[in-house]
Amino acid sequence: MSVRLAITALAIGLALVFPFIAPNDYYLSVMALVYVNALAALGLNLTAGYTGQLNLAHGGFVAIGAYTVGLLTVDYGTPFWIAFALSGVVAAGLGFFVGLLSLRLKGHYFAIFTLCVGSVITLLIEKWDSLTHGVVGVIGIPAPPGLGPIRFDTSIGQYYLVLAFLLLGLFVMRRIVDSLVGRTFVAIRNSEDLAEALGIDLMRNKILAFVISTFYAGVSGALYAGYVRFLGPDIAGVSRTFDLLSASVLGGLGTLTGPVVGTIIVAWLTQYLQFLQDYRMVVFGPLLILALILFPRGIVGSLELWAARRKAMAEPRAPQAAPLAGASENA
Amino acid sequence: MVIFFQQVLNGLTVGSVYALVALGLTLVYGILHVPNFSHGALYMIGAYAAFFAVNSLGANYWLAMLAAAAVAAIMGVVSERLVFARLKDAPPMHDMIAAIALLLFFEAAVQAYWGAEFHRLAPPFPQIVRAFSLTAPAQRLLIIAAAFGLMLALHLFLNRTWIGSTIIATAQNRQGAALVGIDPAFVSTLTFAISGAIAGVAAVLFAPINLISPTMGDLVITKAFVIIILGGMGSVGGAILGGLIIGFAESFGAFYISTDYKDIIAFALLILILSLRPQGLFPQGAR
Amino acid sequence: MLDVQGLNKAFGGLRAVRDIDASFERGKITAIIGPNGAGKTTFFNLVAGAIRPTSGRILLKGEEMTGLRADLIARRGVARTFQTTALFDHASVLDNLIVGHRLRTRSGFWDALIGSGRLAAEERECRRKAEEALDFVGLSHIGNRLAADVSQDERKRIAFALALTTEPELLLADEPAGGVNPDETNGLAALMRKIVATGVTLILIEHKMRMVMELADKIIVLDHGEKIADGTPQDIRSHQRVIDAYLGADHAAAH
Ligand SMILES: Nc1ncnc2c1ncn2[C@@H]1O[C@H](COP(=O)(O)OP(=O)(O)O)[C@@H](O)[C@H]1O
Ligand SMILES: [Mg+2]
Repeated sequence: MSVRLAITALAIGLALVFPFIAPNDYYLSVMALVYVNALAALGLNLTAGYTGQLNLAHGGFVAIGAYTVGLLTVDYGTPFWIAFALSGVVAAGLGFFVGLLSLRLKGHYFAIFTLCVGSVITLLIEKWDSLTHGVVGVIGIPAPPGLGPIRFDTSIGQYYLVLAFLLLGLFVMRRIVDSLVGRTFVAIRNSEDLAEALGIDLMRNKILAFVISTFYAGVSGALYAGYVRFLGPDIAGVSRTFDLLSASVLGGLGTLTGPVVGTIIVAWLTQYLQFLQDYRMVVFGPLLILALILFPRGIVGSLELWAARRKAMAEPRAPQAAPLAGASENA
Repeated sequence: MVIFFQQVLNGLTVGSVYALVALGLTLVYGILHVPNFSHGALYMIGAYAAFFAVNSLGANYWLAMLAAAAVAAIMGVVSERLVFARLKDAPPMHDMIAAIALLLFFEAAVQAYWGAEFHRLAPPFPQIVRAFSLTAPAQRLLIIAAAFGLMLALHLFLNRTWIGSTIIATAQNRQGAALVGIDPAFVSTLTFAISGAIAGVAAVLFAPINLISPTMGDLVITKAFVIIILGGMGSVGGAILGGLIIGFAESFGAFYISTDYKDIIAFALLILILSLRPQGLFPQGAR
Repeated sequence: MLDVQGLNKAFGGLRAVRDIDASFERGKITAIIGPNGAGKTTFFNLVAGAIRPTSGRILLKGEEMTGLRADLIARRGVARTFQTTALFDHASVLDNLIVGHRLRTRSGFWDALIGSGRLAAEERECRRKAEEALDFVGLSHIGNRLAADVSQDERKRIAFALALTTEPELLLADEPAGGVNPDETNGLAALMRKIVATGVTLILIEHKMRMVMELADKIIVLDHGEKIADGTPQDIRSHQRVIDAYLGADHAAAH
């Protein structure tokens, strides 16, 4: 336990001092985008990892959060922070209705349905010019205005802003997954039939997970809009969802920190493989498939399993073997 | 009348291409119970194989079609052997994620070699066919004829040959193949080969009236999924019927509603139908 | 406790359960037997609400519960164990059991978000229930073991523990002694007696006839979805149609 605490403190400490040890702003912007993506991946992991529902429209919900900020600030002059606050709500609200329709479907049907939802979102952004600026994209999104003495128009300010949201996201996610609510989600992932027989309302809980997850997506999109300050339809695409998904798989689906670890690793790998540019999937695709085959639980998942095994081993052996347990029942 | 005929022709053309792609998808689903998201990449690879054969090797259209079928079939077999066969016992989501990884890999690989720009494949018969007051590009008639020919051939193969009926038996019951003494691994490899070949041919049929690009399979595969959900996952007849329904819905929708939104029609239909009937139109598969 | 009237379930053309009338007395053990494919599991699925009947009624303590969702039926005090228990293999046995008492708790998302006292209390209660159930089935020593590492017999006991954490009044056990050795079968029979002694009504599906004959107060025999006999173990032993059905089944199985 204390090992875990030490690692957590170290990781947070490193993230806090990173701006002072990073050689230049470029590193800072790479990490800031990592945090933005990690926040979205956290959300995806709640449905895919913890609840067992593969939502292939997650990138679409990130886009909805981003466009909420982009369009409200650019076209309607809404103050940034108001648009920001709305982004998560809009994404989660839409998530509620999509969830209502889709979560009745089991397994593959749900994945396919959400793939289609993702396509619809991309097509709508592309074709609904009058609302979304179509393929031209949204240009000139303002940077997040400062709050009191804190300013977010510098790269350090932006860095700490997105870091703060990621840490908050992690904190809330930990509360959820470590609680009975999270255990309920895991029970559904494990077996829907068993969960239902245990009195768990499947629809209600799946929708809850989905709504929280799309809220995370929306906020991540809003941070993205405020950071990159330009939006195009491609941010809704399946390949974006897939980036989030593969990061979560590498780090460990269904673990709290797996998506964050995975996103960081993928980002640095991408830096090293930068010469590949648009073709990075030529390397990443096979790499991910190898990981799926060889390390299906991901980095954090494998570590946790190892720790759980050790704990089970350390347990003093029972004084009485199983047959005796049967005998004690007659007492 | 002429306009109406035009839409029917368009619907048939597009619908039969969709049906071919959906056929392969549904066969693979029936055998492996994996929604093979990378099936769209096999379609795309078929088109590029033909493009390469025509432009770099000087092959004619028909040889190119053969090459497309062969290359797509091989890629299908390779993905089955190297990826899906190894993920049989993995957690339930992993095969789907791997399928998407394959899709993106194939797209990136093709783009790395040929670039992201659009290419064109010349039609074998550029003529316009005229009858009464109606006109039709020969390529569209070719697509329809070839697609239905291929469907008929597949039907005969599945129902009249011993090996074909094993595929059907395996689709209905995983132990089906083992019971009649056929290696189930062979059945799934064969199914991937067939589904890849059909996708390759479909791409070469459609390419002359459409463009070739690395992402050309994305929308087609998504619609193919809509089709097999409509038609019942694993159902051959359902895939054909579903393909035609979507084809007609799109061609009439494009004309009477809006060209911009025609690609959404299929998804809207899916959302509507799954909202009303969560198990699709023909749940048990009207084979 | 439980009454079913004219219960039917058809899957397409297949009538898996036909016109079953039966009542199950409180605090008694009723066994359902019959050859494979007779419709026994389907009958459980109907009672537990996993599937809806084509026609007929299901009454629990005189109250209508036909067509109710499975989770609502579980809340009314019906628990079940499955032919194969899907435990989450990479968590400890105790962790697998904690969620079992979830249906008796009320905390939701907002409680988790603010870390409410109610949530903390309910989590303690769930853990206590899990430990208690584990102790009851004689497995308190393996609480920390990974579910992947438990034996078949332990798995069967964990399934009972999980069912008990829901505080059931009626327990449906589907082949609870499938795949365990004779000694362990006796142990599981003792466990079931112990459960019934706490006031739970038990219905079990079982193929092991010796166990059924010793354990059951009443036996119901299904064949091709139909109830072909019911009565005490003595009645059933001498019932001609039962002998035929079983001989038929054995005959088929031999091929
Ligand atoms: N969900 C289902 N869909 C279609 N047929 C089913 C379904 N569940 C059970 N059956 C069929 O109903 C019959 C009874 O099955 P079941 O109740 O599992 O038998 P038992 O438990 O007595 O061995 C079998 O023929 C089985 O194939
Ligand atoms: Mg059974």
